[in-house]
Amino acid sequence: MASATSADTFPNMSSLGEAHVDNERRLPAKPVNPVMETRDLNVFYGDFHAVHDVNLSYGRHEITAMIGPSGCGKSTVLRCLNRMNDLVPGARVDGEVLYHGQDIYEKRVDPIAVRTQIGMVFQKPNPFPKSIYDNIAYGPRVTGMKVDNMDDLVEEALNGAALWDEVKDKLKQSAYGLSGGQQQRLCIARTIATKPDVILMDEPCSALDPIATARVEDLMLTLRNEYTIIVVTHNMQQAARVSDRTAFFTARPDETTGNRTGLLVEYDLTSTIFSAPGDKRTEDYISGRFG
Amino acid sequence: MSIAATTARQVTLATGKSKDKTPVSLAFLIALWFSMFFGVLVLLALIVNTAIDGSTRFDSELLTNYASIVRPESSGFRAGILGSLWLMVFTALLAVPLGISAALYLEEFADPTTRWNRFVEVNLQNLAAVPAIVYGLLAVAIMALLGFQNAGIVLGGALALALLILPVIIITTREAVRAVPREIRQGSLALGATVWQTTWRQTLPSAIPGIATGTILGLSRAIGEAAPLVVVGLAGSVLFDPEGVMSRITALPMQIYSLTSNSREELQQAASAAIIVLLVMVLGLNALAIFIRNKFQRSW
Repeated sequence: MASATSADTFPNMSSLGEAHVDNERRLPAKPVNPVMETRDLNVFYGDFHAVHDVNLSYGRHEITAMIGPSGCGKSTVLRCLNRMNDLVPGARVDGEVLYHGQDIYEKRVDPIAVRTQIGMVFQKPNPFPKSIYDNIAYGPRVTGMKVDNMDDLVEEALNGAALWDEVKDKLKQSAYGLSGGQQQRLCIARTIATKPDVILMDEPCSALDPIATARVEDLMLTLRNEYTIIVVTHNMQQAARVSDRTAFFTARPDETTGNRTGLLVEYDLTSTIFSAPGDKRTEDYISGRFG
Repeated sequence: MSIAATTARQVTLATGKSKDKTPVSLAFLIALWFSMFFGVLVLLALIVNTAIDGSTRFDSELLTNYASIVRPESSGFRAGILGSLWLMVFTALLAVPLGISAALYLEEFADPTTRWNRFVEVNLQNLAAVPAIVYGLLAVAIMALLGFQNAGIVLGGALALALLILPVIIITTREAVRAVPREIRQGSLALGATVWQTTWRQTLPSAIPGIATGTILGLSRAIGEAAPLVVVGLAGSVLFDPEGVMSRITALPMQIYSLTSNSREELQQAASAAIIVLLVMVLGLNALAIFIRNKFQRSW
């Protein structure tokens, strides 16, 4: 694996074309030994066919971005990866979601165990109505993780999310006193405190201002060294700035019902997707002609 | 076109009497004011009238003495006040755990699409509309099943009142639980917490101010009820303090009820004074509920 140091610098926010940080990572065309894979993934909400036949693989210590217009099923796919879709009444998943080769939808797999390995950061910062310290300590406490010193773990997690210096003097204060960007980094810190393998991010910056966004993107590039990150984003520039690989989804209306079913159009290295996409729909979307 | 439109436009704003102040709209406004005053006036008249009637009896004996027909001028409501307080405590002990558990099940665990749960849902709404006296009958029946000859004891009264306020507690608790944002639950579950842990450590603590408010409002309704207690067979007067759940008691509304049917002047005055005491207790509980709501209310 190529060194990631050059990518750890402040991400270029100015334009799409110059931001191919992953060019220097020299990744193989296809992920080798992927951490996660979806095989013929189909998702239904009741009778509604939300996602059709998605085949994707997510590489270790890579950032994979899933982009596409609204309703293309990218968030649905993301929520399948740690079984958060189980919580939606009427949701049904067909096909396989492999984590280190094991299907997480197999009957004997406990969704709770899946979620301790595959953490998730949500669109809107959602800190708990507790102190900053308790927000971080919550995950390790509920999962019964063996912790020698909780104070050290909290510091480590906050450091990992580049938040420690800002909050070290007010750990006992409510997390609601933090700014939106700090709250989102707290949520990332909360997720890494349980030491997951994969971190899913569902449009993590869509509620943040550009400066807070830049800090979270910066953080994602740092976290890549230790975690595998899968991010859904509306923001193509963000995908271009931070991701190693990009999957482009689109929605196809059903001929009879008119319901829009999401499907995967193209999946490749981000540099390829943004410079030489293989599908016309991808090119149209990226160049802003549609979506 | 736009330039021509902006330069050519000549506007004179109408002056003089506002169209909001025509005789018709003023008459309508007066009608609205009258309606509002009617509601307030009824309450004021009630309180003032009762307070004047009972004003001769605002003394400490009112609170410390037992009821007496022999010396009506110093008759007191010690037994009723203590009885009502005991009823409050045991009503809360019975209704709060049951109500919160039922509400949590319905909100966090039940699948709302099944026919059984929809049936429960509809019946809960109906339960809240059942007349209070019916709960008294139900409490008598339950006490008989439990083998009690006499239902006019703390347990019987508390049972009737608990049944009465159970729907109120369930409904307000459900609203409080529903007000906790879904994102909080999802955040907890995404960290690997179970639904149980999420309910206990996130949802319930966040909902407690709302639950407390609803519970207190339910209790303040229960404290003023006489009908179910009459059916249960609570005494109109007792001459001793309650000593346990098996103790025969009376309650403040029961004492008021039995005194107002007596024609002696002094007892009428005592009843009026007791009504003021009861109103103070109810308004105090409502004030506490409002205080809790304002103090701990969270905006998400």
